[in-house]
Amino acid sequence: MKLKEIQKLLDAKVVTGEEYLDKEVYSAFGSDLMSDVLAYVDESAVLLTGLNNPQIIRTAEMIDLFAIILVRGKTPGEDLVGLAKDKNITLMTTNHILYTASGLLYGEGLKGVDING
Amino acid sequence: MDKHQDDSKINLEYDIIRNDFKRAGEASSDIKSILKKIGIDSKVVRKVAIVTYEAEMNIVIHSYGGNIKVTIKSNNIIIEAYDRGPGIENIPLAMKEGYSTATNEVRELGFGAGMGLPNINKCADDFKIKSTPEGTRLLITINF
Repeated sequence: MKLKEIQKLLDAKVVTGEEYLDKEVYSAFGSDLMSDVLAYVDESAVLLTGLNNPQIIRTAEMIDLFAIILVRGKTPGEDLVGLAKDKNITLMTTNHILYTASGLLYGEGLKGVDING
Repeated sequence: MDKHQDDSKINLEYDIIRNDFKRAGEASSDIKSILKKIGIDSKVVRKVAIVTYEAEMNIVIHSYGGNIKVTIKSNNIIIEAYDRGPGIENIPLAMKEGYSTATNEVRELGFGAGMGLPNINKCADDFKIKSTPEGTRLLITINF
């Protein structure tokens, strides 16, 4: 699913990385635990998280993940946005809660990351 | 950072500062970009990145400060993470998924869920850990 479709489905606001909205992801992962993201996720997935601090960008960088959706209407701080920009990561915010945002994407065919494979 | 290079290997070394959450992850970020630049296989880069980042966060969160050394050799990468204490009381427990001594403040950063050492262990081909109240030392080997 292209990032711009995700943006539309979640009624999301693009904070940075608008130029990469044509990039595609093949699965999604929802978590506020960065160690779990490190363990299970790679660049083929989009991360949905309620965690609002620069460590989400650091975590994404380590595993080459390029798209992050902040849920529950969080407003990212300047340091987080700056780091996302530096690392060419697309950062969006949505007012939906994690459960609803995940359901909206899943319903349109974006599956969860397979952690047993 | 110090960077030395001879025929057979590259050494990288970083000081990691206690509670410096603003810079936490910078060392791992630098290590990752160097590995990518010199053409290390992406699967190996991912493993090294996860190991160094978890180790770096551990030093920032749990220790009085320390350092991370990375040695890139022709057939493997050695990561040494050292801190100046206070040490891990019970290593088998710390290696168990979900066991954590982290404060709420750390948990709010998305860490402290008790997955750091297990994650390091998963990425390592060889993992040695030694801890006393004077310091903890992790020695991780990742093969090509």
